[in-house]
Amino acid sequence: MRTTNNVILQTSIKILLFFIVLYSVYIFTAGHYYPGGGFIGGLMTAGAIVLLLIAYDIKTVAKILPVNYRILTAVGLIFAIGTSAGALLFNVPFLTHAFGHVVIPVLGDISLHTATLFDLGVYFVVVGVTMTIIQTIGEDE
Amino acid sequence: MNAIIEFLIGFFILVGALLSLVAAFGVIRLPDVYTRNHAASKSATLGVMCILLGAFLYFYHLEGHFNSRLILGFVFLFMTSPVAGHLISRAAYHSGVPLWNKSVRDDLKRDMKKASAGNKDDLKKNNKKKALVSK
Repeated sequence: MRTTNNVILQTSIKILLFFIVLYSVYIFTAGHYYPGGGFIGGLMTAGAIVLLLIAYDIKTVAKILPVNYRILTAVGLIFAIGTSAGALLFNVPFLTHAFGHVVIPVLGDISLHTATLFDLGVYFVVVGVTMTIIQTIGEDE
Repeated sequence: MNAIIEFLIGFFILVGALLSLVAAFGVIRLPDVYTRNHAASKSATLGVMCILLGAFLYFYHLEGHFNSRLILGFVFLFMTSPVAGHLISRAAYHSGVPLWNKSVRDDLKRDMKKASAGNKDDLKKNNKKKALVSK
């Protein structure tokens, strides 16, 4: 454990992390109608985790977020392939996406698109790859 | 009412640009890292916040578009920029960047000396205690 006095950095990051993660989720979900999407949403989430790594130890962050980022990358790829290959079940070409409006009791009319699931795959892959690169560089001591 | 809001938009954006310019002059003209950091982190923060406020008012007034991202950026900048300035100054001090030759006080140096002396005293006491226990 490092014993430097990082109170200001750690306290500010505790508050700022919520803003950054919220904004990255916003960018991810708004990607269909506004600038944004899986890639920069994933990069921003990875940036939030990197901020945690700057303020705390690599071991503390592994305790806060017990995620194996290599598995996260694999899950993302499975999402991307699964949503693309799912089109084959309906006798349409690979990568054909479906779109529709769904009325959900509390949230009301929502337009849902299977491309969002593909984008979720991109999001997971970007978070997983970025964090794998940074952790493997950071762990060499 | 329109004229007042349009005046405010122009006022905020011009004041923000002016403050950013003042920050740039400060960074060029001030003598050492700490005073430069003081100029850059305070004046530039307020300048950019004024410009963001002007942009927010412009879109809200003329296009009726409430852009919450600008407000979020406003709050975010207000919280991060001073912390960044603090960390840069601290890193500079601990890596031994000298103060301006005309500065007269260095309280941090005195306090750090005191703290390290205190640690040494504690170590001595602990060693004495250990010695007593082992006897």
